[in-house]
Amino acid sequence: MEIPYTIDSRPDTGLFNAKLGIWLFLASEVMLFGALFTSYILLRVSAPEWPHGSLILNVPLATLNTVVLITSSITMVMAWASLKMNNFKKYRTYMGLTFLAGVAFLLIKGVEYGTKFEHHLFPSNSTFFAIYYTLTGLHGLHVIGGMIVNGYLWGPGSRMWKTRPERFTNRVEVAGLYWHFVDLVWIFLFPVLYLL
Amino acid sequence: MRKYIFSTDHKVIGIQYGVTSLVFLLFGFTLMMMMRWQLAYPGIPVPAIRFALPFVVVGLIILGFSKFRSGIHLLVGTVFLLLGWMIYYLTTDELSMPDGIMLPEFYNSLGAMHGTIMVFLGVVPLAVGAFGNYVMPLQIGAPDMAFPKLNMMSYWVYFAGGVVMLASFFVPGGAANSGWTSYPPLSDIATTGQTMWLFGMVFLITSSLLGSVNFIVTVIQLRVKGLTFMRLPFFVWAQFITSFLLLLAFPPLEAAGVLQLMDRLAGTSFFLPTGLVVSGEILPNTGGGSPLLWQHLFWFLAHPEVYVLILPAMGIIAEVIANNTRKPLWGYKSLVYAVIFLGFMSFIVWAHHMFLTGMGTAISSFFQTTTMIISIPSVVILSVLLMSLWGGSIRFNTPMLFALAFLPMFGIGGLTGLPLGLSSSDIPLHDTYYVIGHFHYVVAPGTLFALFAGIYFWFPKITGRQMNERLGKIHFWGSFVCMNLIFFPMLIQGLAGVSRRLYDGGTQYAHALNVLYLNEWMSVGAWAMAVFQIVFILNLFFSLRKGKKASENHWQATTLEWAATPTPPVAHGNFARVPEVFRGPYEYSVPGHPTDFTTQNQPS
Amino acid sequence: MDQTQDIKKHVRTYIAVFIALLALTTITVAVSYLHLETHEAIIIALIVAAVKGGLVASFFMHLISEKKAIYMALILTAVFFAVLMALPIFAHSDPIMMKHVP
Repeated sequence: MEIPYTIDSRPDTGLFNAKLGIWLFLASEVMLFGALFTSYILLRVSAPEWPHGSLILNVPLATLNTVVLITSSITMVMAWASLKMNNFKKYRTYMGLTFLAGVAFLLIKGVEYGTKFEHHLFPSNSTFFAIYYTLTGLHGLHVIGGMIVNGYLWGPGSRMWKTRPERFTNRVEVAGLYWHFVDLVWIFLFPVLYLL
Repeated sequence: MRKYIFSTDHKVIGIQYGVTSLVFLLFGFTLMMMMRWQLAYPGIPVPAIRFALPFVVVGLIILGFSKFRSGIHLLVGTVFLLLGWMIYYLTTDELSMPDGIMLPEFYNSLGAMHGTIMVFLGVVPLAVGAFGNYVMPLQIGAPDMAFPKLNMMSYWVYFAGGVVMLASFFVPGGAANSGWTSYPPLSDIATTGQTMWLFGMVFLITSSLLGSVNFIVTVIQLRVKGLTFMRLPFFVWAQFITSFLLLLAFPPLEAAGVLQLMDRLAGTSFFLPTGLVVSGEILPNTGGGSPLLWQHLFWFLAHPEVYVLILPAMGIIAEVIANNTRKPLWGYKSLVYAVIFLGFMSFIVWAHHMFLTGMGTAISSFFQTTTMIISIPSVVILSVLLMSLWGGSIRFNTPMLFALAFLPMFGIGGLTGLPLGLSSSDIPLHDTYYVIGHFHYVVAPGTLFALFAGIYFWFPKITGRQMNERLGKIHFWGSFVCMNLIFFPMLIQGLAGVSRRLYDGGTQYAHALNVLYLNEWMSVGAWAMAVFQIVFILNLFFSLRKGKKASENHWQATTLEWAATPTPPVAHGNFARVPEVFRGPYEYSVPGHPTDFTTQNQPS
Repeated sequence: MDQTQDIKKHVRTYIAVFIALLALTTITVAVSYLHLETHEAIIIALIVAAVKGGLVASFFMHLISEKKAIYMALILTAVFFAVLMALPIFAHSDPIMMKHVP
């Protein structure tokens, strides 16, 4: 028994199921991070004083991370485009680069957190650090989640290209949408925490 | 057994949700029955056996029905025995009930867990997870949900959340005891049970998220040919809007849960104000946090949550009324526009739960206005359902009795909400028993009655058998009387000023003394209510085995689920042939037609 | 596959967007070194972030050519996001005035 519109688009909506599904999921993620940003604003506005991000946090490393994520976004979309152009080898290359970019992001973040911990700067230190670690930590967890999916689609999951290429391409597209969203959140996180 | 335990078939998953949620409802109800002992007879030892024994007896009877062959009877019977043991343990544990006398902290745990379990483990999983999963795909002609594996995951994550919540009773300090609302600073400094509550909620919110994505995609993408949005049964509309509420309103609570976990585990002060004094000492943390931040994030979810509690119920009532009046619903379009408007408005009224937090007049007026406006679509829906009775050939079967009772009960619940929605009248009523009376009227003889109606209504579809009508009517009348006996006095006590969450039921307050006698009445009502639920439980499990066989379309209904293969086989698709829809959902008593109903998929 | 020609056009767009994103990142970091007034800095930072986010959403996520159902859901989300962000802050900034107890 096949579920309709898993691969082909339904004519009146123009969508296949997983595409609608992932956008709805992303909508809920917007509300999740939105609630955290709201918390940030409320905490900052009620605080008698609030440190300037650049004085406490490592702006160069975070800028590097921003570039890393933006790069991973283009490699991700290129991975999908390669599949659309029937080029599995190129797909593998681009998806691999995307995964590596994720690794780089996490390593750089690890260095950032590590140096903070060395200086005994923990979440409990101040409200600033509390929201900084929570926002970046939750974002980091989302990066890890995305990497697990991307890793699977690069590795064992890529077997589906041989048997059901369109379904596989759809999966990569959907994974890409999630990955771009993770990049999008960082695009806002970075200036808010580090530059303001 | 793998076919039934990790099934991806929406019907099996619906039944899993249904059985699990009914058990949680019974458990949550029992927690409250224990509280009611303390309220009726403060300081008197709780008779542990009396609370545990019904579980054991019913469990043994169900096991008897099972004849110890594998199956649902065996499973549920065993679960009942385990719960009976757990209740006995909780009521005799020296740490919570020394010499059988309930400690205030334990009373608070019972209160917090009663609310949490009823709302998040009982009503919503039953209304959405069970009814939504089972009926909705059938009503739109779909072979299953859009994402069957995701559906399976959503059940097991819910189950895991339930296990975490139950396990929290056994940790040092007991289960969460800061109210189902978990307000900080209290919840921030509460015992371990609160941390488990937070993790449990993370599981439950995840389950809900997976489910809501599935529901929305299924309704949009998997409707059969000819089934336009304006031909959908109202039940499907209700589930559709409910899913949007769950999708967009839950994440802020998830965020708040993460923040509270950080406060409790990582020493942050998201919700702890500077200079907080606990037990005479200033708390050694950085402060700078805001307890109101939690309230905003919590109520941003919890207000839409109450519409999640009522919308599926309205959907069920609509189906049952249309079917048992043998005429179309009176204002289908109004119902649809009202439910869409209601869903939207539900996101912008939340701070009417926060009128006493010191908000200024501007923002308070905003929320009062939106709250008054949201009562309009509610009234429209109730009125449409009421007017649908006019001129109908009413069949007074058990589902219809519950549906008819829903109307005035929800009416009382809704009307009693109005003074709470205006800040001046809310001042004397906030946090009193009036609030408890109000919301229980809407959820208990409101939603729960609708869910009962749904069970009696769809039982023949799911099992191919009928439930016993006489027992059903006994269940109905007994429950109806008891519901009013329990909750009406709460409105009186609240108006007298009796606060909620009082361990001693108000004995220390002069303004409560005149209405204290009502405590015993309400408790007796609650325990009597339990007796009538036993009738229901036994009816359910007996009919599963030995109920009269039902025809394919037992109620002579028009919607597509009745055209699905009788008691649809698991994983073989739901329809012998994919249906096509030619007309709206309630073509009853169409003039000139030989039968008094025309199904949606019958070619003209 | 004439899809390939379409995709090649898209690839050119992706590269253009990538370069724009790098440029905007440089701008936003550079502006932060100007040490503007806080509220000016916030406005500029958010505008730049919105442009960057818009580019990622419109082109990498193909939102610019997406179907009605999707952007209806997103517009609804945006409204509730705005409500969630605005109202608690407004409630915070408009408290009932309390007289100080001596």
